[in-house]
Amino acid sequence: MDFLSILLDILLSAAFWTAVLRIATPYVLGTLGELVCERAGVLNLGIEGIMTLGAMAGWMAVYQGADLWTGVLAAAACGALLGLLHAALTVPLGLSQHVTGIGVTLLGTSLSYFVYRLVLPQASTPPTIEPFQPLALPGALAQTPLTYLAFLLVAVVAYVLYRTPVGLAVRMVGENPAAAEAQGLNVTAIRIGAVVAGSALMALAGAFLTLSAFNAFFFNMVNGRGWICIALVVFASWRPGKALLGALLFAVFDALQLRLQQASGGVLPYQLFLMMPYLLSILALVLVARRASYPRALMIPYRKGER
Amino acid sequence: MSSPVTGGPEVVLRLAGISKRFGPLLANDNISLTLRAGEVLALLGENGAGKTTLMNILFGHYVADEGTIEAFGRPLPPGSPRAALEAGIGMVHQHFTLADNLSVLDNIAVGTESLWRWRSDRGAARRRLLDLSQRFGLEVRPDAPVGDLSVGERQRVEILKALYRDARILILDEPTAVLTPQESAGLFETLRRLTADGLAVVFISHKMNEVFAASDTVAVLRAGKLVATHATASTDRAKLAELMVGRSVKPPAPAPLSPGEPVLELAGVTVASGHGRPLLDGVDLTVRRHQVVGIAGVSGNGQTALAELVSGLIRPDAGKLSLKGSVVGHGDPADMVRRGVARIPEDRHSAGLVGAMAVWENLIAERYHDSSFSRFGVLRRGAARAYAREVIEEFDVRCPGPDARTQLLSGGNMQKLILGRTLAHGPDLILASQPTRGLDIGAVSYVHSRLLDARAAGAGVLLISEDLDEILALADCVTVAYHGRLTPLLPHDRVSVSQLGLLMAGHWDVLRDILPETIDAA
Repeated sequence: MDFLSILLDILLSAAFWTAVLRIATPYVLGTLGELVCERAGVLNLGIEGIMTLGAMAGWMAVYQGADLWTGVLAAAACGALLGLLHAALTVPLGLSQHVTGIGVTLLGTSLSYFVYRLVLPQASTPPTIEPFQPLALPGALAQTPLTYLAFLLVAVVAYVLYRTPVGLAVRMVGENPAAAEAQGLNVTAIRIGAVVAGSALMALAGAFLTLSAFNAFFFNMVNGRGWICIALVVFASWRPGKALLGALLFAVFDALQLRLQQASGGVLPYQLFLMMPYLLSILALVLVARRASYPRALMIPYRKGER
Repeated sequence: MSSPVTGGPEVVLRLAGISKRFGPLLANDNISLTLRAGEVLALLGENGAGKTTLMNILFGHYVADEGTIEAFGRPLPPGSPRAALEAGIGMVHQHFTLADNLSVLDNIAVGTESLWRWRSDRGAARRRLLDLSQRFGLEVRPDAPVGDLSVGERQRVEILKALYRDARILILDEPTAVLTPQESAGLFETLRRLTADGLAVVFISHKMNEVFAASDTVAVLRAGKLVATHATASTDRAKLAELMVGRSVKPPAPAPLSPGEPVLELAGVTVASGHGRPLLDGVDLTVRRHQVVGIAGVSGNGQTALAELVSGLIRPDAGKLSLKGSVVGHGDPADMVRRGVARIPEDRHSAGLVGAMAVWENLIAERYHDSSFSRFGVLRRGAARAYAREVIEEFDVRCPGPDARTQLLSGGNMQKLILGRTLAHGPDLILASQPTRGLDIGAVSYVHSRLLDARAAGAGVLLISEDLDEILALADCVTVAYHGRLTPLLPHDRVSVSQLGLLMAGHWDVLRDILPETIDAA
């Protein structure tokens, strides 16, 4: 069989598209979360740590006997708290958003492993829970509720950003906080709110991994997905619809490389296939992001009464 | 509407005993003012006189240390722009507070609705905006991104923003600083419509002609104190200038000199921009010894590229640049300095000086590799300090000494430092970009006299300025930059401010009236 017919086989199988939607879900949620933060002018490099904490907290809640949706809420709440820390340091105190974000990632990741080990000191094989089950729908539509939630949230975030007063306020503080203040808006409160809400979304991305995609929490399970989300926000030019598109595109590459790996039968080293989605993402960024118009006040702390 | 006490129109705003201190600086010292409905009050003063501080206190950006504000008979809570907006005060800032990536309508409507509504009522907002726009003759395109608008349009958006919020008192901070004379006239027309509708306007200015063109009352601030309030009609320019500065001021008077050989020649110089129309588009320009050539124009029409070109920071993509008759192939800044170009950069803080370094270090920044200042790669600090002391003395730089940190100097003294660095070596060409921006009148006249001295000594001066009065006072010839092109050189005595304004707005057909002979040839 030649390459094209292998590719065609893969692209026409329902299983492939089921996998694409599943793989895309954490990227959709994480990218939406980062997008909300950045639209308000705050870069949140804490995303990797917040996703890890969300994965751990959601799983831990369910493992301790809570139902799955309570686990989702617990994850969102923990993400919001870590987001509040990032916001408190970067917005009213105006600390460097890069440094703070990396600190939040280190804290979130280590805290998750620490709490996990505290509760389960001896577990050698990770204990499991009963995760969300796919809905009884045909073909690629057989997804878990969290995937549907993620796709719904794209529409919700787009609506809030473009059709509501609070969304306009968020965009305004990300573009020109001095203008927002001159219009009577509280820049600090709006930025903190956006970072907290965005971080809760990131934590949902983590929770999807432990409550839907897998059924256990293990080390390094977020595995750089947060960093990909940062790039996807740029790829999406800070627009929710394009963020969905970017996440799906990345998921297509990822699902494809797995299947091509199997089909190649070991002729090519598998690492080459592993690299593919990342290389293609870099290429896509080069092509798309050069023209992106970013929020003008991104990464610039705002202090009242200063120019 | 008349007040029972005075019988005039209603008093809408009363500032009483406002004082504000920034560290050791008393920015506002016990200032009291009243404003009546339908009145235009000009707040006149030099840079640093405290005008903007006072208005920022009024609008709630700053909190006054002492004093009270009353708007429409009610006390205004300090430190809250929201409270000021609700009391009917609108402010048009000098640096527009607009978000470039958002639409005109978004910029105007933000913050006017309760944040927690499920849906913005865009239709109603649009109707209200168009209604106001029509009523006051302020034409705007509601859906255009602000980034695409001209400066004049942006200012209209700022004014509409205030009107949209039912402002009855409008504060304008140096509203004409970025406008052409024609756009300024349009703005004054708008102000008349607004006051006819009963609004009260405060506009901040340091330009005398605007005060007379637009205001009913003028209040003069000097060094944080209110020194006088007059009905505009009952005063004159000389009196106001004296009040503003505290002494009488003489305008610069260049002695007539005949121009010598060319020092700078540009022939068909084009500088491409990354996208769209080039920054400089086939520019021809000659600057001769004993000659000041003024470049007028609204900022963003190629002046920055021209300055960078002559500084050696960028190279022409087409055409030739010659200094003293020899073509400069691929010049770099150090090469330009060696060839006798003195550069006074547009922004002395970012491009002119390193604030964190000592005065002497900044003074030798252009020639630290000369044998007089370094040997075998080691600085001769003693020689450099001695040289710095000479320049400080000669150029009257007020500072504690050569080791003072540069950022502690005032704007005027920083500019003297730059003059000292560049003029001490008898340059052949002086590139002066906005050399007096942000300086007080004393420092301005010092800079002007130094430039004229250099001209008398044989230098050619390329003066880029947004201040038409400055250009007409100093320049022997004027050219106007528009969309990267330059008009032919116009003798300063054959061109008026209004003609320059038309040229700045791109109406180059007036060249026919100024230079009939050359235009026919072109």
